[in-house]
Amino acid sequence: MPYVSVQNLTIEFPLYHLGARSLKKRILARSPLRLRQDASNRVVVSALRELDFRIGPGERVALIGGNGAGKTTLLRTLAGIYQPVSGRLEVQGLIGALIDPAAGMDQESTGRENIILRGLFRGLDEATSESMAEEIGAFSGLGEFLDVPVRSYSAGMQVRLSFAIATVMEPEVLLMDEWFLAGDADFRQRAREKLERLVEHADILVLASHDMGVVREWCTRAIRLEAGRIVADGPVEAVLAA
Amino acid sequence: MLDQTQAQVAPSPLYICDAAQPRRRAAAIEDLATGLSRWRLPAALARLDIRNRYRGSVLGPFWLTLSTAVMVGGLGLLYSSLFKLPLADYLPFLAVSLIVWNMIAQIVADACISLTSAEGIIRQLALPYSVHITRCVMRNALIAAHSLPLILVVFLACGVLPGPEALLALPGLALVAVNAFAVALFLGMLCARFRDIAPIVASAMQLAFFLSPVLWKPELLGERQVWLPLNPFYVVMETVRGPLVEGGASALVWLSAVLYTALACAVAFAFFVRFRGRIAFWV
Repeated sequence: MPYVSVQNLTIEFPLYHLGARSLKKRILARSPLRLRQDASNRVVVSALRELDFRIGPGERVALIGGNGAGKTTLLRTLAGIYQPVSGRLEVQGLIGALIDPAAGMDQESTGRENIILRGLFRGLDEATSESMAEEIGAFSGLGEFLDVPVRSYSAGMQVRLSFAIATVMEPEVLLMDEWFLAGDADFRQRAREKLERLVEHADILVLASHDMGVVREWCTRAIRLEAGRIVADGPVEAVLAA
Repeated sequence: MLDQTQAQVAPSPLYICDAAQPRRRAAAIEDLATGLSRWRLPAALARLDIRNRYRGSVLGPFWLTLSTAVMVGGLGLLYSSLFKLPLADYLPFLAVSLIVWNMIAQIVADACISLTSAEGIIRQLALPYSVHITRCVMRNALIAAHSLPLILVVFLACGVLPGPEALLALPGLALVAVNAFAVALFLGMLCARFRDIAPIVASAMQLAFFLSPVLWKPELLGERQVWLPLNPFYVVMETVRGPLVEGGASALVWLSAVLYTALACAVAFAFFVRFRGRIAFWV
């Protein structure tokens, strides 16, 4: 059964280009909370500090908190992009990450070429990726623009294409940033239906969001992060009320 | 739809990352194995790199062929008279030297940005890092493929064709490719962490160009020739150049080239095992 288990997880970003000692001291003196010096005298930002939680199958978890609280860093860590400096992370299940819509998109290539490229990024072969092109083309509603370089797309068209490409998957653990609300009104409706289906099939949803309406609607549990720490964890209403 | 079939065939994957038991070596080996088995992705990305770099250009990558041809012609005329060698003798040597050297120099320069140039992908998608390294090697192989045929043109023009031993240049090229992978891995990581390495590498390569027998023939060193196998650039270059213009490379050159390659691979692998987990924070 899919699950996510996080024990004592800490992520620190080293700031490498603070060479001058006096500058370092000044910066450290001014923000004693999240910037600190590690064992080898580097200045590090504690992005996530000693997180402990477990997500079981069927749970719909919202990560909430202000800007810089560590929501996206936590999503990226769960996706396997950042490795923790201490603590343990276990994710059982096929991970699908919708973090940056434009990741791996080549601006000079056509929509169709990008669909195939994204298939290769996910480890599929050309033929399988090619067969997705029609479905994605139809869903994104790009029509004849599918064979035009992506750089000539409008912002809305780019979002539609990346949304369509990113959501052709059936992950067991779905990690999602809140960007999916972009797009024009007509598309938003179809995007919702698609996401609902995706979320329904996934065993676990982890959603980072600022929008409490979205959180109430999609999630059953909320984890509030503040300065890289968990300050509240529980049913959505309880956490939002606190 | 598609991933579901995969999920049914294989049991759902378990991703464990424990800072207390990092299993660094196993993770690095798995990274290399998955990255190399998914060669289609770096191949597609390398093709895109070449296409995007020369977008809208009439000659495209053939500009490199043209500039190499001009350089071979110009330097051939100059140095054959400086060294007092007949042009038909010197030109094939110079053509092979310059083309092979350009390939090595390009690889080393590009190796410095093998990971930093993929920053956008590294921070967004969980991919084996060896994919970016393979992409860098393949991109340089494609660029080199535009200049290597020039060697044949010069051979035909000078009326000298090497014998069947020229086929030994192929294992030489394979050795260059293995070195390219090791160097792209090592320098890619080092340059991601320390941004001053790339300019240092650039000046070191310029020095290496003059210190290695690229323009001058090794015989000109006289007795001191015996020290040449210590120069890694010379031995790796010679495994390609020797079979093409000198009727084969000596066993000592091959031995030294293989040893240097093994050393490069060992250093790159050790570095990769130790620091693989930090790459995402460095780029």
